[in-house]
Amino acid sequence: MNEPLIAMKGLTKTYRRDSVEITVLRGIELQVFQGDFISLMGPSGSGKSTLLNIIAGIDRPSAGELRVVDADINSMSEDDLATWRNRHVGFVFQHFNLIPVLTAFGNVELPLLLTSLSKKERREHVMTALNLVGLTDRADHYPRQLSGGEEQRVAIARAIVTDPTFVLADEPTGDLDAESAEEVLKVLAGLNSQFHKTIILVTHDPRAAAYASIRHYLNKGVLVQKDKVPVSA
Amino acid sequence: MTNDGRKQQAAGSRQQAVELFLPSPFFDSFAAIRLLPAAYFFHFSFVWGLGVKIPIRYNLGSLWARRIGTLMAVLGIGFTVSIIVSMMALVRGLDATFVETGHDNNLVIIRQGSQNEVNSYFSRDVYPTVRFLPGVAKDSDGEPLVVGDSVVVINHTRKDGASSNITVRGTSDIGYLLRPEVKITQGRRIRPGLREINVSQSLSGRFQNLALGEKIHFARSDWTVVGIFDAGGAAYDSEIWADYGEVCQDWDRPVYSSILLKAENASAAADIRKRIVDDQRINLQAIPQKKYYADQTSTSAGLKALGVFIALVMGIGASFAAMNMMYGAVMSRSKEVGTLRAIGFRRRHILGSFLMESVLLGLAGGILGCLMALPMNGIRAGTANFQTFSEVLFNFRITPGILFWGLLFSVVVGTLGGFLPARRASHTKLIDILKE
Repeated sequence: MNEPLIAMKGLTKTYRRDSVEITVLRGIELQVFQGDFISLMGPSGSGKSTLLNIIAGIDRPSAGELRVVDADINSMSEDDLATWRNRHVGFVFQHFNLIPVLTAFGNVELPLLLTSLSKKERREHVMTALNLVGLTDRADHYPRQLSGGEEQRVAIARAIVTDPTFVLADEPTGDLDAESAEEVLKVLAGLNSQFHKTIILVTHDPRAAAYASIRHYLNKGVLVQKDKVPVSA
Repeated sequence: MTNDGRKQQAAGSRQQAVELFLPSPFFDSFAAIRLLPAAYFFHFSFVWGLGVKIPIRYNLGSLWARRIGTLMAVLGIGFTVSIIVSMMALVRGLDATFVETGHDNNLVIIRQGSQNEVNSYFSRDVYPTVRFLPGVAKDSDGEPLVVGDSVVVINHTRKDGASSNITVRGTSDIGYLLRPEVKITQGRRIRPGLREINVSQSLSGRFQNLALGEKIHFARSDWTVVGIFDAGGAAYDSEIWADYGEVCQDWDRPVYSSILLKAENASAAADIRKRIVDDQRINLQAIPQKKYYADQTSTSAGLKALGVFIALVMGIGASFAAMNMMYGAVMSRSKEVGTLRAIGFRRRHILGSFLMESVLLGLAGGILGCLMALPMNGIRAGTANFQTFSEVLFNFRITPGILFWGLLFSVVVGTLGGFLPARRASHTKLIDILKE
């Protein structure tokens, strides 16, 4: 049996606001395997994004066990986590988070600047990633010259350019119209089906969640349901 | 030439090179030449070593994206640098007026205990003793190259209406011979026995009634301007020259203020100095001419102190301008910072990138400031010589060294101003940034 890429047990996250303690995640148990396409659904405030941030090493749990790519990321320093993220995590944000003063090429190239690839090799990787998302002809365009859907596709290209172990997408279609959202979701689905990329998608949109083969439901910080469905065409 | 003479000549050439490259108000040591490139190297290595991973085009693009704020900060730093460069040019020009006056192996003889010619006087009986000392150089006719001068101070009105003191030197033909940098550019040299004066071009342009052909009244007579001279920036550019005898008569002062002589060589000059100092009868001191004028630079001491103070105060102000700009940049780009850190850039990469951005901001201001200050180069100005209580004229002098120091100053200002904002950008918790 495969070892899970991500394994968490009894994961809890609590914030303190003034003198009030707010528990966002309660005793989460979750395993993610190589090639899974997982969606995390739930209402606002259910803890979806918090869980994603913890998996990415951006936030730390208050209690529980967490191993990601066979590493105890909870004990890593900030600098080690940054290097680990560059190697293993591709992050897609709701608001794209592209650097406005860099072209699409420059944005996608950013994660590669932390590797030891030569300029020529970086160029090849960037163009490959842009090709996967269908935007090679827009490489020299700035984010302001792209539509919302195109910007998010550039963001996906940036997330996959280092061939990370998994891709985390936090509400990637939240700012898009239906047509653009579908374009983006098809790209993600394609990465999973053709390249067996492990994807965790946080969304409150059931249509987006339908692209995933495993659907988790979070409510008030608790995983209440898990569905495993055949991937729809 | 003896070994001592060769060493002195080499030291003199080195000193000239140092003064061309260094802003002498702040660093007069020859070793300081090596500081400049080292300072730039270490500074940029520090900033570069932190965060070369994030491309410079990100910083340049960000500065352009907020170009109004960038322009304001650049102007603030630029004006500061222009003032500092101008201050350094003023003090350099003032120093150069004295430091570049004089010749090797010339000695200025004044009374023991006097600081300068103006407050020195001694009997003319001394002149023959000095004139025939062994080692005194002679002209082609075998005449000793020795001249006695009477130096007095008059008060005259400037063209702007204010009055100021001017040094008047009563001298003779040998005085012109021993000061070859003084060249008559209009009219002719004074003739002995007449109330005629030669005036420096600088004084002629600055004071009333000192143009060629005009007359001015001082002491008991009217004196006619028969010639205008240019001393090439030497101290004589602040003087009026007249015949020694006529000055003595008009002031009723038949004494010498100073004697200038040329020695045959460096060791003869040293020997003459010793003889004069050791002779208790004459009560005089002999100072190498270059040293004599270099010691007059106490006039600039106050300006140097003022310059340092202004540089510090304005530097702090300019740093705050850069800091304000960079805080604004950090606050408006928190999402970008969060994204970069989520991608995997470390804190020091973020720190280095924002520091580099503020360094670029400072450098842009520095370049602008140097360009704004450049027109000051060569401008003629005057100030009071606190040793002779007369006006001393000088040219603002902007040297390559002054420009380099101005740029380094701007880079340091940019770094200091950008450090706290850069630290904020790099050390804010990533989760807090992404939640904003």
